[in-house]
Amino acid sequence: MNGKITTTDWSLIKSSEETLADPIIRDLRGIYTLWLRDVIRLWRDRIRLVGSFIQPLLFLFILGGGLSPRLGSISQGVNGGSLGYQAFLFPGIVGMSVLFTASFAGVAIVWDREVGFLKEVLVAPLSRTAVVIGKILGGATNSVLQGGMILVLYPLFHLRPSSLQLVSAFFVMLLIGLTQTAVGILLGVRMTSSQGFMVLMNFIILPLFFLSGALYPLDRLPHWLSIASRLDPMTYGVDLLRHALAGIHYYSVTTDLLTLIFFLSAMSMLSVHLFNRAD
Amino acid sequence: MISVTNLVKVYRSKAGDRTAVNDISFHVGTGEFFSFLGPNGAGKTTTIGMMVALLAPSSGKILIDGLDVVESPHQVRQRIGIIFQDPSLDDRLSAWENLEFHGRLYGISGPIRKKRGEFLLDIMGLTERKNDLVRTFSGGMKRRLEIVRGLIHAPKVLILDEPTLGLDPHSRRIVWEYIHSVRKEVGMTVFLTTHYLEEADGSDRVGIINKGKIVALDTPGQLKKSVGPEVLNVRVQDRDSMKKYIIDTIPEIRDSIREEPDGSLSFSMGSHLASPWEFLKYLPFPIIEASIRRPNLDDVFIQYTGNNLSDNPGNKIAGDGA
Repeated sequence: MNGKITTTDWSLIKSSEETLADPIIRDLRGIYTLWLRDVIRLWRDRIRLVGSFIQPLLFLFILGGGLSPRLGSISQGVNGGSLGYQAFLFPGIVGMSVLFTASFAGVAIVWDREVGFLKEVLVAPLSRTAVVIGKILGGATNSVLQGGMILVLYPLFHLRPSSLQLVSAFFVMLLIGLTQTAVGILLGVRMTSSQGFMVLMNFIILPLFFLSGALYPLDRLPHWLSIASRLDPMTYGVDLLRHALAGIHYYSVTTDLLTLIFFLSAMSMLSVHLFNRAD
Repeated sequence: MISVTNLVKVYRSKAGDRTAVNDISFHVGTGEFFSFLGPNGAGKTTTIGMMVALLAPSSGKILIDGLDVVESPHQVRQRIGIIFQDPSLDDRLSAWENLEFHGRLYGISGPIRKKRGEFLLDIMGLTERKNDLVRTFSGGMKRRLEIVRGLIHAPKVLILDEPTLGLDPHSRRIVWEYIHSVRKEVGMTVFLTTHYLEEADGSDRVGIINKGKIVALDTPGQLKKSVGPEVLNVRVQDRDSMKKYIIDTIPEIRDSIREEPDGSLSFSMGSHLASPWEFLKYLPFPIIEASIRRPNLDDVFIQYTGNNLSDNPGNKIAGDGA
């Protein structure tokens, strides 16, 4: 112990009657705190951020580069013109980047439980709804940043979106990020160890990606595939991104937006509900 | 400060119901240092879970600082600082970031967070490691940091759930020095659960908990007195025959007989025999070694539960640093 410590210092931690803030202020503060933690961790793991930059590049340059001479120009249904395959693929890979990052961010709640940190959050004076919202915002921030790192490569693929279109692309990324973090949390809440992680990846996240039309046009799909793709929220996100960045789309903007917002509300409410029930 | 009445927790599952906490009641006064002593699975952590509103009681009532835990969980949590049995720090954040996170969640303003954080880190000897990532900390340092964190919001009650589990003796001693200075200087109410006798021995009152029930509750001194004035420890060649002989001669002390790892027998004579020396004199076995000592809480524990606290297999695993 240090000689310069005096009893007046100890009085610092003598319980004062700090009045408890209004529940809404308390929850907002909690949401901000949880979000801030995710941002700090993101910054700390810059290496990982760069590491996960590699996978989208493989898709864009190797898969895209290999297929594009064969596929020629791609048009989709009646909406808009036609594009080279790499330019067609690009918005899909931006979407993929957001999808993967957001899903992992949500499932990361399992790690928080494993290392015990979740308990620190759960005994704090804030509602569980606030915990979920903080987590969703953190994951979405994380994934929009990740997707943004890919997005800035658009000139390489001869895409010329206007500033307004770029802004709307960011907005769509945010929607996908929020929805998918909620899905991740949904999956993570009931998981007690990180072992189920690869299973989730293979059974849920990858199918969401493959069904979304990120890799192929949605017209002229086999019937079963067409139905499955309609049920995938990512389909509408990728369609909007392609609309904003490349000018071609399959569904109308209204259909895309309404469906995404519907999925976002449903998934968030479901994950809040499950998280509130979990002991 | 803490008032628990007829608290019950039943875990329901398809495999069958399990009663973890079976109708316990106790009070802890303001500024009191109260311990729950019992083996793993006795219901200690479940009780704490209900005190901080992580678990819903099956029935019964808990009041903390006059507030009902079920009705006002957040007000109660604001008044509690808790050190969990297992680490609960974010090891990818620095020590300071962990404290900031906690202070923000509990609504402590920036300047106060800073003042309290710096002061407490200094007390716990962590100032130099303030900006290091927690993953580089030793077990003992993490524990000290958790104590700092638990105090950042100036709680009225400090709850310690097996605070020194898995620590080496040196770190345990340091952690306890710090807890005692907090108690001495701030007069905070402390609720401790432990299966280490020495730790419970330092508290004002001890509740002995076994299989979800409080089997004894008093000051450590009174509890030891209730075992009897002294405990005999005798080593002979044929331990089993001696055990049988003791049970036959003084059946009343049957529950206090304990087989020690060194091959001897310990037992408390209570008031059933005038003098232990007389007993030893007439013992029909050649004595290799005999000693008399004052009872400790282990003897108390055996007296009330029929089990040896340190023989509990769960404790051994936990004691190995799980």
